[in-house]
Amino acid sequence: MRLASAIVAMLLMAGAISATEIPQGERRSGYSFMTPETQAMQDDDTSNPGMLWVLDGEALWKRKVGSANKACADCHADGSMKGVAAHYPAYDKTLGRPVNLEQRINLCKANHQQASPLPYESRDLLALAAFVARQSKGDAIETPADPQLEPFIAKGRELFMQRQGQLNLGCANCHDDNWDKRLAGSAITQAHPTGYPLYRLEWQSLGSLQRRLRACITGIRAQAYDFGSPELVELELYLKSRARGMPMEAPAVRP
Amino acid sequence: MAAALINVPKKAKRGDIIEIKTLMSHIMETGYRHMASGEIVPRDIITGFTCRYNGAEIFRADLYPAIAANPFISFFTTATESGKFEFEWIGDNGFSETASATITVE
Repeated sequence: MRLASAIVAMLLMAGAISATEIPQGERRSGYSFMTPETQAMQDDDTSNPGMLWVLDGEALWKRKVGSANKACADCHADGSMKGVAAHYPAYDKTLGRPVNLEQRINLCKANHQQASPLPYESRDLLALAAFVARQSKGDAIETPADPQLEPFIAKGRELFMQRQGQLNLGCANCHDDNWDKRLAGSAITQAHPTGYPLYRLEWQSLGSLQRRLRACITGIRAQAYDFGSPELVELELYLKSRARGMPMEAPAVRP
Repeated sequence: MAAALINVPKKAKRGDIIEIKTLMSHIMETGYRHMASGEIVPRDIITGFTCRYNGAEIFRADLYPAIAANPFISFFTTATESGKFEFEWIGDNGFSETASATITVE
């Protein structure tokens, strides 16, 4: 009930304000909205539960799979993944569209290991993504300067601004216009995808950015796009371009 | 794929009070949740944790369904001598995991 009235209040506010983008200097990671206790949990590698997935991912990275009987490590030298996650989603020439990190891992599985793809949000896929993303910790988020990506970033921006669902809200109504406020006791935050895949205490598990996006879309009572759908990748891409230059913190912890 | 993260100081002075932190990978399914079909999701939790310091038990905890996934347990002890900490987690469905860490006491 309280949540509903908060959302209605938001709706009224949102009606009055048109979307204004956050100035570069005022951008803040979700980390800065958390309590000192949760921040400490993320900062200490032996208390950050996301590190459990990183450890699993390291083991999977070295395991030979598929009919090619190859491990990720057979092609990718140690340390070669540094900074890679900071560049995703990236343009895939063969597919003619951007792919995110999880899709890249699955493309590698299919093309080079001749193994079956891992389902979205499966422990193994999250573990591999976390292991790769962890190696970019502290690196600045970089959207590839590929002109072919421009139309997809523009589509992502459109989706971010577009009102939808029974509550008729767009992402921007909360995350651009009202990020300094709270919704039902929780900080709204600026929606910068700095820490994915990340451990959410609410999920009691690691989860991808797409899981987070789908939860938000369900929250505005719209039909969520499927995992791996072009819309979600475009949204990911726009969010990354919006957070360009901010440091990566995967695997982050969020409440 | 279970994995533990252990944080024990590598070195300590004799008599120092040291903090030991442990994190164990586990879903901690409560046994109170239902599937879409109405059946109960069977309970699957860690039920016990022990820590031995050179063979002597120094810490023990019982765990219950209300404890979150991937339990983080931290506790304090006095560094008395160089040696080994051994950790053991046991739980439902024959869950049993061990880990160890060494310390040098000067």
